Amino acid sequence: MTDEALKTTPLAAAHVEAGARMVPFAGYSMPVQYKDGVLKEHLWTREHAGLFDVSHMGQARLRGVSPLSAFEEITPGDFIGLKPGKQRYSVLLNKKGGVIDDLMAARPDDDGLFVVVNGACKDNDFKVIDKELAGQVTIERLENRALLAIQGPEAAAVIGRHLPAALRMVFMDSRAMPGFGTNILISRSGYTGEDGYEISVPNHQAEAIWNLLLEDERVRPIGLGARDSLRLEAGLPLYGHDVDETVSPIEADLAFAVSMKRRDARDFPGASRIAQELADGPSRKRVGLKVLEGAPAREGAEIADGSGAVVGVVTSGGFSPSLGYPIAMGFVPPALAALGTQLKVIVRGKPQGAEVVRMPFVPTRYVRKV
Amino acid sequence: MRFTKDHEWVALDGDVATIGITAYAAEQLGDVVFVETPEVGKTVKAGDGLAVVESVKAASDVYAPVSGEVVEANAELGDAPETVNAVPESGGWFAKLKIADKGQYDDLMDRDAYETYLGTL
Repeated sequence: MTDEALKTTPLAAAHVEAGARMVPFAGYSMPVQYKDGVLKEHLWTREHAGLFDVSHMGQARLRGVSPLSAFEEITPGDFIGLKPGKQRYSVLLNKKGGVIDDLMAARPDDDGLFVVVNGACKDNDFKVIDKELAGQVTIERLENRALLAIQGPEAAAVIGRHLPAALRMVFMDSRAMPGFGTNILISRSGYTGEDGYEISVPNHQAEAIWNLLLEDERVRPIGLGARDSLRLEAGLPLYGHDVDETVSPIEADLAFAVSMKRRDARDFPGASRIAQELADGPSRKRVGLKVLEGAPAREGAEIADGSGAVVGVVTSGGFSPSLGYPIAMGFVPPALAALGTQLKVIVRGKPQGAEVVRMPFVPTRYVRKV
Repeated sequence: MRFTKDHEWVALDGDVATIGITAYAAEQLGDVVFVETPEVGKTVKAGDGLAVVESVKAASDVYAPVSGEVVEANAELGDAPETVNAVPESGGWFAKLKIADKGQYDDLMDRDAYETYLGTL
């Protein structure tokens, strides 16, 4: 893809101004890092507050006579039970129980369902939703809105100065409210394991809000490089790497996204496979690995057992800035998925010791009570 | 010192070539978190992989700008890979090669030519 074909977000000029290195990502020109670099940006977010432009993600409203029950036809979540003001993580499933995309769906107000999907998947996602739910929901893609994320232990204090009502929200709350001189959709959630918010704002006000937040000395702009290392430490899968159309939510260790009510009803795409995996165990499972020696094991590195036999593959991995050693996620047979299992990761032909460890690698700090 | 289009540098001392990456390359890579250096005694040809340098973001190959036999690898990088960012064109060297053909060295870019090349990127 040539640069000319890349889309830009409303914050493109602000990124360049801040010294960003721009790279193609999901069809957009996006900041991979700013002047501080990935390591410092990562640690800043863990200690203070990082501001992210995630406007490449797909935002939409699904409206209809009963959009919540309609949404249950393509996901395994309990959306009929989704209360106003709440957001839920879910997955779009294909007929074989594989994941078409993972997403957030919320009820910030009474205007149907507000969904946020991955940038690289959004065109296909909305095509799938439109096809599967034809006649039940209409999709309004909110291409007139940007999406900002502010994450880190000081994020709430920063947002609270401008928007005291946000301090009364807890993790996975979602609200439509006036704020920053406009109408915003705000959720207390994110993709770093930290407390924080994602804020949907009109495109033409995005830059002013971005700059306003950056005026606070606790806030620095953070690129996609640190976003990736932060979500890795938080044990959160990245679609297209750790999860794809062949992977079920059970294999991906996302069983929490398959609601108890729906498990009994078995009324979602691929329910027979997922019910069988819940009963008998899946044939592979996503696990966290601590790499005990040597180089970071990255996507594609083979995982071997003690005898040297290849048993799986790393789906994402890298150096953990918070922990100071390499970590990875990958798929292994359930027999080798127990915490403490000693495995090998093969990096450039060399086996290196690795141990199955609990995810998140770094404790999450979601605010569940205020 | 001589330079390659892949942003390696070579300093020659008699028939021993010290090899590293340039300040430009180190800046582009970002924070270096791991360096895989070659085994002493290994023979490499110009263009072969010599080392691998890992930043938080990615792994990058470092190629041998000249042919030769590895006589020393920079052991300090094991505990202090960040040296590559701090002093890329001195203490952040990766390996020393005993070279047979000084002509390969002479064919590389000098500092002026490398600076001109950087201006085209």
